[in-house]
Amino acid sequence: MTDVKLSDVSGPYFGQYGGRFVPEALIAALEELEAEFRKAADDPEFVAELQRLHREYTGRPSPLTEVQRFAEHAGGTAGAVRVFLKREDLNHTGSHKINNVLGQALLVKRMGKKRLIAETGAGQHGVATATAAALMDLECVIYMGEEDTRRQALNVARMRLLGAEVVPVKIGSRTLKDAINEALRDWVANVESTHYLLGTVTGPHPFPEMVRQFHRIIGEEAREQILDRAGRLPDVVAACVGGGSNALGIFNAFLDDKGVDLCGFEAGGEGIDSGKHAARFSGGALGVLHGARSYLLQDDDGQTLPSHSVSAGLDYPSVGPAHAWLHDLGRATYEPVTDVEAMEAFHLLCRTEGIIPAIESAHALAGALRIGKTAAAEGRTGPDGEPLLILVNLSGRGDKDVATAARWFGLLDGAAGGVAAEELERQEGRG
Amino acid sequence: MSAVTEPATESRTSDLIDRLREQESRPALVGYLPVGFPTVDRSIEAIKTLIDHGVDIVELGIPYTDPVLDGPVVQQAAQAALDAGVRVRDVFRVLREVSDYAPHVPVLVMTYWNPVLKYGADAFARDLAAAGGAGLITPDLIPDEGPDWIAASTAYGLDRVFLVAPSSTPERLRRTVDATRGFVYAASLMGVTGVRAEVGSRAEQLVADTRAAGAVNVCVGLGVSTGAQVKEIGRFADGVIVGSALVRPLLSDGALGDAEWADRLTKLAEVTEDLAAGVRSARTTAPDAPAGATAVPGEAP
Repeated sequence: MTDVKLSDVSGPYFGQYGGRFVPEALIAALEELEAEFRKAADDPEFVAELQRLHREYTGRPSPLTEVQRFAEHAGGTAGAVRVFLKREDLNHTGSHKINNVLGQALLVKRMGKKRLIAETGAGQHGVATATAAALMDLECVIYMGEEDTRRQALNVARMRLLGAEVVPVKIGSRTLKDAINEALRDWVANVESTHYLLGTVTGPHPFPEMVRQFHRIIGEEAREQILDRAGRLPDVVAACVGGGSNALGIFNAFLDDKGVDLCGFEAGGEGIDSGKHAARFSGGALGVLHGARSYLLQDDDGQTLPSHSVSAGLDYPSVGPAHAWLHDLGRATYEPVTDVEAMEAFHLLCRTEGIIPAIESAHALAGALRIGKTAAAEGRTGPDGEPLLILVNLSGRGDKDVATAARWFGLLDGAAGGVAAEELERQEGRG
Repeated sequence: MSAVTEPATESRTSDLIDRLREQESRPALVGYLPVGFPTVDRSIEAIKTLIDHGVDIVELGIPYTDPVLDGPVVQQAAQAALDAGVRVRDVFRVLREVSDYAPHVPVLVMTYWNPVLKYGADAFARDLAAAGGAGLITPDLIPDEGPDWIAASTAYGLDRVFLVAPSSTPERLRRTVDATRGFVYAASLMGVTGVRAEVGSRAEQLVADTRAAGAVNVCVGLGVSTGAQVKEIGRFADGVIVGSALVRPLLSDGALGDAEWADRLTKLAEVTEDLAAGVRSARTTAPDAPAGATAVPGEAP
């Protein structure tokens, strides 16, 4: 380990995490995928084509935006804290997901497969996958929990507009985890013609490493941008963590910068004590799900527990193995942010900056507010008394969440106070 | 840890398969049912029914929330068992009762890996052996990820049945065969468990390839549901594994009364006898119509 930079550690294992806990039927395909991925990474033609797509199709580099009015709420006083947002929300399709999807879809073309399958929770990864399939003329089937197809009906329509078949999954908890189960079953049956375009840094090797590779551009751009704008590295990098792809994408460029704190924020849902959350590092333990060993929400029998979050994208009972490894190394910290805190931060960014974030990303914003407030209370600053510098990965835009927000805040004509007031009351009542 | 230090005679399962081949000139019938479906007590009755009507080896499934290698029939049964409150430790009670009832029948437990990981591989092996279990079938644990299980199963003299698939490379076949004890589970086709009208023609080639990689006993499963299919596969395999076709007669939308349950067991017995006739005729007469041409009775769910 001594000579390998943390940012370059490769699979199948990240410490004791990761691996390939999948049926033998898939191993040959995973080996083929890994070989193709490694070959492509060294192929200037592949690299150039992906860069071209990033530039001309996605709109990269995504901007870095300093949010001064928002930052005042984090620091207590103007100028105590500076907050910069890495604007992955401005990518084509509205989130960081497109980075990985384009990379994998190019690989699929190289492998000569004609059919893509993918899972989706909120629909962001499904939309991105359907987009790449349309662009590259590939057949596309998206598995989505029946519960989620109802909650995200517009995204279902978007995927169908783009030519994808959307299959509602009607078994188990009918959410993201069950959509992944169904995608894996499809893959086992059709692996010779089909690529499973997994949407995050979980799953069997090589997915955790490969998806990190396709998202590392987020951190690499952000590092250069903030050095240019602020003249130094950030003190803190904050990101939300569901499976963990946007977080790993931005963390990766700073892993070997010892002075930069890396803070991941998980879905605390209705609070850890309520049991209704997706905080794997607070309520989980070593386990295996969907091909990887990591932290997992499970009962005493090793049965997967249902997760809960106001944001579908963070609503997953396990987490990418690289995050489990960084957690145990102490290189990154992971804290829960409740639904209420996330929605407050969501609203604050709307009102102070004119940016509607994804509710997933609002967990990172809430984390930044918490870090800023703690720093102010403890008198922590940047070096030489400079303002504390916080870089937040704004991983997605909130268009998809407007209906949830309208209900939460009671924004529709004729609607009563919204669920936020009730929710606050209930949580405080529970103490 | 290798086959060299473990004579095959230590495995009750492979002993039985060898004996059936040598003395009865037939393959073994391996029958699957999940623990706790529809209740723990009734699952014991169902397993005894399998044994009474001609199953040679029992495969006892542990219901799991995320069974990625199972099709709709087994998923539905597993979910029903979980909803009824089945616990992992119930498998040991069922094992003890079945071992008392039929000490000559090897019982393998089929489980996804996380319940064993949570229990502790060594503790699980200890309790499995103490309850009379023969070993484990692990659909999502490949030998590469299984050093803890290989060590624990060796310590307690248990079988470890790993799977091979039509997509397995020769190198992976060798690796899997080397790590296996009991028999190698050859997936007849690329897919999940279920009832299918046709079983892949690739099964015969896979069995041959697996033997070429050094396997003594190779049993074929996935999609096998009729006596005719069993007979066809039994020509070339050392055992035939049937799951969904045995689970299907027991599925229901609500709780069954005693009389209804008795009817279901009668149906289960009929299905089992049809399959048992398949293994018993596989090598005694020339195969008539290929199994693939045989219609599946009833509708697939």
